[in-house]
Amino acid sequence: MANYSFQLNGRAVTVDSWDPAQPLLYVLRNTLGLHGPKFGCGLAQCGACTVLLDGKAVRSCVTPVRQVARHAVTTLEGLGTPEKPDPIQAAFIAEQAAQCGYCTNGMVMATKSLLNQTPHPTLDQVKQGLAGNLCRCGTHTRILSAVMRVAKA
Amino acid sequence: MATIASISRRDLLQKGSGLIVSFALGGAFARPVAAQTGVAADVGKPLDPRQVDSFLMFHSDGSMTIYTSKVDVGTGLRIAVRQMAAEELGMPVERIAFVEGDTALTPDHGGTGGSTGIPRGGVEIRQAAATARQALLELASNRLGRPASELTLVNGEARPTAGGPGVGIGALIGGRRLSLAVDRQAPLRDPRSYAVVGKPLPRPDVPGKCTGQHVYLQDFSVAGMLHGRVIRPPALGASLQSVDESSIRAIPDVRVVRIGNFLAVVAPDEWAAVRAARELKATWSEWQGLPRSNDMERQLRAAAIAREETLVDRGDPARAMPSAAKQLSATYCWPFQSHGSLGPSCAIADVRADGATVWSASQGSHGLRSVLARTFGIPQEKLRVIYMDGAGSYGTNGTDDVAADALLISKTVGRPVRVQWMRADEHGWDPKGPPQLLDLRAGIDFEGRILAWETQMWLPVAVPGTRPLVAADAAGITQPRGQNAGQISQNADPPYAAANLRVVTHWLKEVPLRLSNLRAPGKIANVFAVESFTDEIASAAGVDALAFRVRGLSDPRALDVLKRAAEMIGWQARPSPNPQSVEGNRLAGRGLAYVRYKQAENYVAMAMEVAVDRATGEVRVERVTCAHDCGLVINPDSLRNQIEGNILQTLSRALHEEVKFDRSQVTSVDWASYPILRFPEAPKVEVALLDHPSLPPLGAGEASAAPVAAALANAIFDATGVRLRTVPFIAERVKAMLTRA
Ligand code: FES
Ligand code: FES
Repeated sequence: MANYSFQLNGRAVTVDSWDPAQPLLYVLRNTLGLHGPKFGCGLAQCGACTVLLDGKAVRSCVTPVRQVARHAVTTLEGLGTPEKPDPIQAAFIAEQAAQCGYCTNGMVMATKSLLNQTPHPTLDQVKQGLAGNLCRCGTHTRILSAVMRVAKA
Repeated sequence: MATIASISRRDLLQKGSGLIVSFALGGAFARPVAAQTGVAADVGKPLDPRQVDSFLMFHSDGSMTIYTSKVDVGTGLRIAVRQMAAEELGMPVERIAFVEGDTALTPDHGGTGGSTGIPRGGVEIRQAAATARQALLELASNRLGRPASELTLVNGEARPTAGGPGVGIGALIGGRRLSLAVDRQAPLRDPRSYAVVGKPLPRPDVPGKCTGQHVYLQDFSVAGMLHGRVIRPPALGASLQSVDESSIRAIPDVRVVRIGNFLAVVAPDEWAAVRAARELKATWSEWQGLPRSNDMERQLRAAAIAREETLVDRGDPARAMPSAAKQLSATYCWPFQSHGSLGPSCAIADVRADGATVWSASQGSHGLRSVLARTFGIPQEKLRVIYMDGAGSYGTNGTDDVAADALLISKTVGRPVRVQWMRADEHGWDPKGPPQLLDLRAGIDFEGRILAWETQMWLPVAVPGTRPLVAADAAGITQPRGQNAGQISQNADPPYAAANLRVVTHWLKEVPLRLSNLRAPGKIANVFAVESFTDEIASAAGVDALAFRVRGLSDPRALDVLKRAAEMIGWQARPSPNPQSVEGNRLAGRGLAYVRYKQAENYVAMAMEVAVDRATGEVRVERVTCAHDCGLVINPDSLRNQIEGNILQTLSRALHEEVKFDRSQVTSVDWASYPILRFPEAPKVEVALLDHPSLPPLGAGEASAAPVAAALANAIFDATGVRLRTVPFIAERVKAMLTRA
């Protein structure tokens, strides 16, 4: 078993894995108990598994654990809590921008990444920024309102 | 009481104990914590849906728990039902805990489907609460020495209406049972006095969902649990010929499970199970028993008929037709569609010698229990099914099947087993929404009124018995071979005045893929046909689409929604197509559609503005307005969320979705081959709720899906003069039609 050390939500962690190709998603969910990122497709098609790698959105379902060694990973849990949500999370809560909520992780994390690069995007930029994230419940309009709430702030 | 094989961590963390309950006021909702006895104290509570105690338990600290078989699959039921009970009991909503879909704890008052969560589930709980209210007022009357008629329930206590000290509900009854039958006559609070019902209270699960704290079924685990993955055959009817276990020797701690054609792997590590399932070498027999998925119309028309059914028979359309000033006919076709849940289905099963527990996101825990018990020979009272949230399911997706997978593997390996399907499992193997074919014919008189109307439909017949489970089939376990896609023949008649009307269903014996209920079963396609055809008639008569509908309706609630949706979109009266649609390659148009859901429930009208790119055939929906009347509104914000979701999801179904298969298997097995709506396509959506506080509440999980495809097709016709009668309206299809026109 090989060890992999990285920053996780601001803390140093070391995990071992029998397979260096094991996707980060499984390490986060099963080894580290962080369930924010979800398995949706395992194919980099839906965005449910999104985390930030050095501040940029990546799909943890296709990111081998070895690739994050010595980098900084942020998950949904690292942004905030129900009591102290991050501004994006607070906006999603205020807009009630979830139905089943299975896509919400990806939506919040992709938004975080987008706003890291473009703090005040237009509605069209937000739509393009989230184009790779799927929502089956049809919560799109609320998610857009939530993101625009932060974008305008 | 049944022996329950295992008591879950969830029992200890989330399930109510009648004895020790903790809750925080302000913000956090009551979340009962069981006594540290190792056994949830509410196991053994009453379950008879005729009894108040089955639905409601009052705790001595002044909190209460609602128990219901109706589950919240992201729909807002969890807050709305609390509001309904809170209103009757004068109980703050935060003090109410909510236990859903647990066969050991919740009374069976039906699964969650057909938009029945509120109108049946919520209404039954409201009646139990109204019954409890009477009993609590009686108890308080003894305690306070005043007649019950002078008392009321407010803020968790019974107190004199005129003021003065009261007594808490917890002190009156907490920890004890009421032992009362639900009184169908127990008076309900006057809607004019509603303080909680009708308020847009936030849903308690949203903060957890936005911060990664909400525990989904997919996130749940039990001690000693293994991860399983099932290897499906490359052809639906293939049989397993050989397995080469050495092909996965390098993957740690994997065990192969083989029962007939059922092939699975289990491992303590989920990634090991995923890789093993991917890499395990197996050979399967050839099988090519499916027809090709192209030309669904021809297939449905040629399929064997089980029986014919005349659903509506008024006047004599065949006699009236020849005297019509104009006759029209058209054929509409809807493909197989998938539930396409964003998270593949998941289940955990723990089968032990003395019973079994299954954790599932099924919309019907009790129904699933009886299917699994019968199929796997477990006495029903020894099988407990516990609901947990999964990804949105919109009907029966892969949940029942994955539960069977997990149960079969757990039974074989003697350990708790979690199975989550992979993306290709969900898209390929979930039971599908049915294909539908409709032939419509109408005759109009010289004023452009409908003189005669005929609908003929080709639909898969309901076969009694439950749907076969994939795992049981593979393992060679005998099981019923039922087929049922829900109430798919409703709304096939026009809601407009027509003296001569006939609706006939040709019920087809079978279709190539397994079926189940998919949101607003059948109605979306039927309304697509009926409301598109209505526009065809209006256009043939040279009449504005709104004016044509208004003329054919007399119900004021129908007229209200139509006028409202039209007003919101700024409807300009004129016949379609739009004479001034062109602006470069952009063709602009607007359309509308109306439905009285199931001809008996919600009134919904929807209008849309679209733009069609003449060069590419791409359709952009720019704006949608919807006027929605579901009687009493319980929670307007949750309701809007449902309506918006219905609109966006059904736009996706109409624009993009079609299950494809070859002669062996489903081939649309991921989001590239089964695309859905994306953010750049999201229109602006405006919803008006027409509240009727004095009427019963109707469900809202489906109705507003019904008119979407028709409003879209009507808007596209308005923009282009091209009538789309086959779903999905993919760019290539639209472009081909535009070229031909
Ligand atoms: S789960 Fe990673 S993109 Fe879908
Ligand atoms: S809220 Fe269910 S998939 Fe987006």
